[in-house]
Order: sequence, then structure tokens, then C-alpha cells
Amino acid sequence: MTCTIVINGQPHTVERGTSVAAALAQAGFFRRSVSGKPRGPLCGMGVCFECRVQVGNNKLVRACLVPCEDGMEIQT
Amino acid sequence: MLGASRRTDQNELTRHDTIVIGAGIVGAACAFRLAGLGQRVLVLDPNMPGTGATAACMGHIVIMDDSAAQFALCQYSRKQWLELLPRMPKNCELSRCGTIWVAADEAEMQAVQQKEQRYREAGIACEVLDNGSLRAQEPNLHPDLAGGLLVPDDLSVYPTNCTNWFLRNVEMRTAVKVVSIREGQVEDDRGNRYLADHIVLAAGGLSVQLLADLPISPRKGHLVITERAEGFCSHQIVELGYLRSAHQMQSESVAFNIQPRTTGQMLLGSSREFCGWDSSINRNIVRKMIERGIEFMPALAELSAIRIWTGFRPCTIDKLPLIGAWSAVPGLYVAAGHEGLGITTSLGTAELIASAISGRQPAFDPGPYLPSRATERATETAS
Repeated sequence: MTCTIVINGQPHTVERGTSVAAALAQAGFFRRSVSGKPRGPLCGMGVCFECRVQVGNNKLVRACLVPCEDGMEIQT
Repeated sequence: MLGASRRTDQNELTRHDTIVIGAGIVGAACAFRLAGLGQRVLVLDPNMPGTGATAACMGHIVIMDDSAAQFALCQYSRKQWLELLPRMPKNCELSRCGTIWVAADEAEMQAVQQKEQRYREAGIACEVLDNGSLRAQEPNLHPDLAGGLLVPDDLSVYPTNCTNWFLRNVEMRTAVKVVSIREGQVEDDRGNRYLADHIVLAAGGLSVQLLADLPISPRKGHLVITERAEGFCSHQIVELGYLRSAHQMQSESVAFNIQPRTTGQMLLGSSREFCGWDSSINRNIVRKMIERGIEFMPALAELSAIRIWTGFRPCTIDKLPLIGAWSAVPGLYVAAGHEGLGITTSLGTAELIASAISGRQPAFDPGPYLPSRATERATETAS
């Protein structure tokens, strides 16, 4: 089973149950720091906040804790 | 011979004009100032520069007027910061954000009027804001707040990088833990001795490990930083009741204090507790601090906090730092105990220390900050 998500406006298909962090890694996207440097999951368990991205309506989430859902829109 | 580095025996490493113990912002500013006078200066610290209270704090350069002496020290210091700003690199994150002191009600508005008068008489730019102009400046503040005082020339910086900038041309040794001070020399925990005509003790709250008589105790604070929220506020905003919180010496207290960082993140304070050096996060006081923030800025409830940390202000009994000669040890000077104003007052401290060491006339009266007041008080109590 797969689902389709939209990362920075581009559609990507991932296995259902994939975490947003894993989907971003598979698709080659990173959150960027204020100085433009790539940032990604450090702890992978919701503590470090390094993987935070926006999902849907401007809501900040930790990508490592959230599973992908069909039609989910993600902004890094 | 002064000014010449020489190796005399195995454990006698160096000779300098002045050794500064402690590479926080106060020690760094003193070293910067003394090096600028042509002195050979050595800074010693067990850790990297600017990683103690300097790294934990907000980096607010602010004029406070709790006492005439505090007011004078802040005024001179802020002037020095404003003069240095054009030379400082981008990573010091200088922001001319100004301060808004918020008055919750009409009683606090009267305090705002008095504050304005004091500031104006001292030639410090400021502007009284009524309810409407406060909302125009900061739309996220609660609409019922009475008003405030805008002090436009206050600013914020990134203190650790400022510390590194002060030290960029100064000889520095990290991983050196000084364990004793004697006239003309200090010794580290490996038995190495460092010689100098003058020694400046600027180890903040840890200074008491070297001079047990110093009346400095750690006062813990928490800070919370949010996700990026550009434009959420544009000034450092502090509740006027902050002074009340800072004054209470016994119990724990919180006061609303928010600062926009140049990254777009919001830095939220503040708390004060006496609980020794326990650095753990006190969830109860963090909750109170955030609730206090939301009372003043309800939209804060919508932001995510991404980090919380603690730090320790080096607190003295009379709310003034200890700056000047320590008479029990000839050649020893103390520059410690700056509580919550160390970033602001580091440069005024450096002026007083540099003047005392070089025998120049200081730019303002050093009397109120002299460490001798601490020993005098101890003697009075004993007699």
C-alpha cells in the first residue's frame, strides 16, 4: 500500500506508514537553517526538534513522529 | 621583566602584565580593554570562551535604573556598545530592537512617567506609549495593557560570539582550571604557575571557589526559545514588574520578558530561583513563565517551544557587581557578581578595571562597585 504526499509542491509516493522524516530523506529534501544549511533528524525520537517541518496549515511538526497520510502537504 | 614571555622552570609557564581568570563576557571585555592599552594579557578558563552564564542569557543590552549606581554603569556601558557596534561582525547578531517596558495598569503607568523623567534627565532617548500607541508598536500584546515606555537605543546581541570577538587578539588558554591566587601568580590544578603583575578574577558565580569571602550566589533562570515566527514582535518587551521580580530575594519569581532573535525565533523569559547549582529544568516554574507570557501576549499560545535551558546569574546582595581591587591580595582585582546585567555592563566593568590597573581616571565613579563594601559589611556583622 502506498500514499502520495506533496513536499514543497512536488508529489512523492511512499509506503503507507512511512514517517515524514523518512519520506523527506527518501525524496532528498532537508529543512534549511536560517543561514541556508541543511538540517535533518538527529535523535529520530522527538527530542531534538531538528527535523521540524510544516505540515498542512502552517502547523509545525517533528517529522520523525508523524506518519505520512495521503495528500499531506509538507513544507521544509 | 614585564612584557616578555619566558620559561623559567618546568611549572612556571608564563609572565604577563595581567592574567584574567574567566573567559565569560566580563573577563573577555576586561582583557579586550587592557590589550587595547598595550598590555600583554593572558586569559585562563577551564572551558571555551563565553560558555557559562554568557551563553545561557538573553543578550539584552539594556539601561536599568534600579539604583543610581546601576543606572550610571548601564549608561556608560551601552554607550560603549553603541560605539563598538559598527566594528563587530555579523555573527554577533546585533539588533537595534529597543526595549518596551510594559505597564499593565494605571499604577504602573505612573511608574512609566517617573522612569521617563529619569531617563530624559540623563539624556537617554525614550517615549511614553499609551494604550493605542503600544498596540500600534506591538499588535500581539494584550489589548488591555495600559501602555509602556519605549527605549529605542537598547539592543540585543549574541553574547558568546561577542565574547569571542573581544578575545580575537588576546592570548587565551582553555582547559586551565585555576585553583589558587597569590600576589603576582596563579596556579592551576596541574601545579602550573602563571606570573603577572595584575590578576583579574572574572569567573562569575564560580569566583567564590577562589575567594570564599565574595558574597556571590547563583540565581537560576530558565529561557524558552520558540520556532521561527518572524514579526511576532519587533522589540524586546519586558513587563515593568520585572524589577519587582528581580528584587524579591527569597522566593522564586517569574516576569514576562520576550526578545525577537535575528533568526526570527522568540526568546521567552524569565524566572529567578535560589536553588544552588542544580541545573535541572523546573517544569512548574517554566509553566508559570509561559503562562505569564501568554497573559501579556495571548498569541504566544500558538507558538511551539523548541528548546528550554537554564543558567545561573551571579547574584550579589545589593544588586551591584563587585568591581575593583581586592585589598587582601596586592595586585588582585575582582570583576564578578553582575547578576542579570553582565552582558550590558561588561564594558563599563572593563573601563573600571582598566582604569584601576593603569592608574587612569575612570570615566565614572568606581566607588559604588568596590568589592571592599563586601568585606566591610562582613566586619560590621562580626563586631
